[in-house]
Amino acid sequence: MPRIRTYNDLAEPDRSDLLGQVTAQRSRVAARLAPVRHVVAVASGKGGVGKSFVTAGLAAALARSSRAIGVLDADLQSPTAARMLGVPVGRLEVTGDAVIPPRSADGIRVMSSELLLAEGAPLQWKEPAHERFVWRGTLETGMLREFLSDVEWGTLDVLLVDLPPGGDRLGALTELVPNLAGIVVVTIPSDASLRAVRRGVREARDRGVRVLGIVENMAGYACGKCGEVSPLFSGDAAQQLAKDADAPILASIPFDPATQKAWDGGTGARGHGTAAPQSSQLPAHSPAAALERAATALMSRLP
Amino acid sequence: MKFLCIDCDAQMAFEERELPGDGTLAATFKCPSCGRSVAMLTNPMETQLVSSLGVEIGGRTVPAQPMELIRTRVEGGREDAFTDEAPAADGRLPTAVNPPGRVTWDAAATERLSRVPSFVRGMVKRIYADYAAERGIARITTDVMDTARRELGLEGM
Repeated sequence: MPRIRTYNDLAEPDRSDLLGQVTAQRSRVAARLAPVRHVVAVASGKGGVGKSFVTAGLAAALARSSRAIGVLDADLQSPTAARMLGVPVGRLEVTGDAVIPPRSADGIRVMSSELLLAEGAPLQWKEPAHERFVWRGTLETGMLREFLSDVEWGTLDVLLVDLPPGGDRLGALTELVPNLAGIVVVTIPSDASLRAVRRGVREARDRGVRVLGIVENMAGYACGKCGEVSPLFSGDAAQQLAKDADAPILASIPFDPATQKAWDGGTGARGHGTAAPQSSQLPAHSPAAALERAATALMSRLP
Repeated sequence: MKFLCIDCDAQMAFEERELPGDGTLAATFKCPSCGRSVAMLTNPMETQLVSSLGVEIGGRTVPAQPMELIRTRVEGGREDAFTDEAPAADGRLPTAVNPPGRVTWDAAATERLSRVPSFVRGMVKRIYADYAAERGIARITTDVMDTARRELGLEGM
């Protein structure tokens, strides 16, 4: 048996170079995001607190202040961002090395699995029938990577990434986008929310991710007639989280059924189906005014 | 990974990839000295691991296509999710397989292309069209498609 040479003894390159291929994927993400000034994730450790609503509302408020905004819906299993922003589900144009993101009426560039899947269809993968759970995470991280690298985001002031509940996707995002500007943490006032979201804040800090601020959603119920805000939940989760994270509360947003209906119908950014409201016209207690305050506070936290 | 022909003490060169069935990925390598070929066979778990990462054993043979992992791995994507050609000046989307001034497709090749799921069809069409254009092939036939598949290692396309 002759002495077999080692991998490094062989002078010809390793055409597979799997590590090189993975590195090239990361370089592609970095190159695509180079014209994006800030990538900001909207996150929560708890589901149902209104992350997507806050993401869409922040995006609309920032766009109204003449900023170039993108929204990446990283909630791949339960996508909602496109319809909330009124982006029609149509054909995506592929040009060169990228997919052109459709735009909302406000010019917000959006990418979401909602634009790829048939109506009502779950996100499923071509995979062996057994051990599916092994692959899901890797495939979904690949999907997130392609949403970052293969979408022609162009020059943006802020790319908002709407994360699903929990911390898994934040981990993938921080590896793909090492210069993530930070996260906006969304909570409702309750103690249950505090317990769940606190874990997410801890995880973010452990990963070295900056908490840009807390948004308290469903912070009471605003009377449509007199504007008086009554409590919906007991608790002070936002104040506790702000203390934990050493970050400000960007805004407290009251719940308003008409606002919720408008966003669900894709007309929220236009002020319940009418013309886009001017900041000065917004009632101070309205969700839209709170979102404007959150957007202003968020920008003040970015370099 | 590298493959060594022990008799010749020569590094074997990547030849092609294919999916022969049951989740196996076959990557063949050939000794440039004696011509001996070997096939590396992955089991379904290994095949899935590689494809889930979006990498290719033997290296990339065509540039990464936009949303390639999504288009090749998502089950049941919307039929009309993508258009791989720019809309015309009037905004209408292309429907013809043989737009003027481009590489053309004969009937059998068009029929084979039509069997590719529409979610990924535009991408596959573009890969074959680029292959033909780069080689000065004016008309794509099923023979051209077979050759391209073999040369480019377009397993599963």
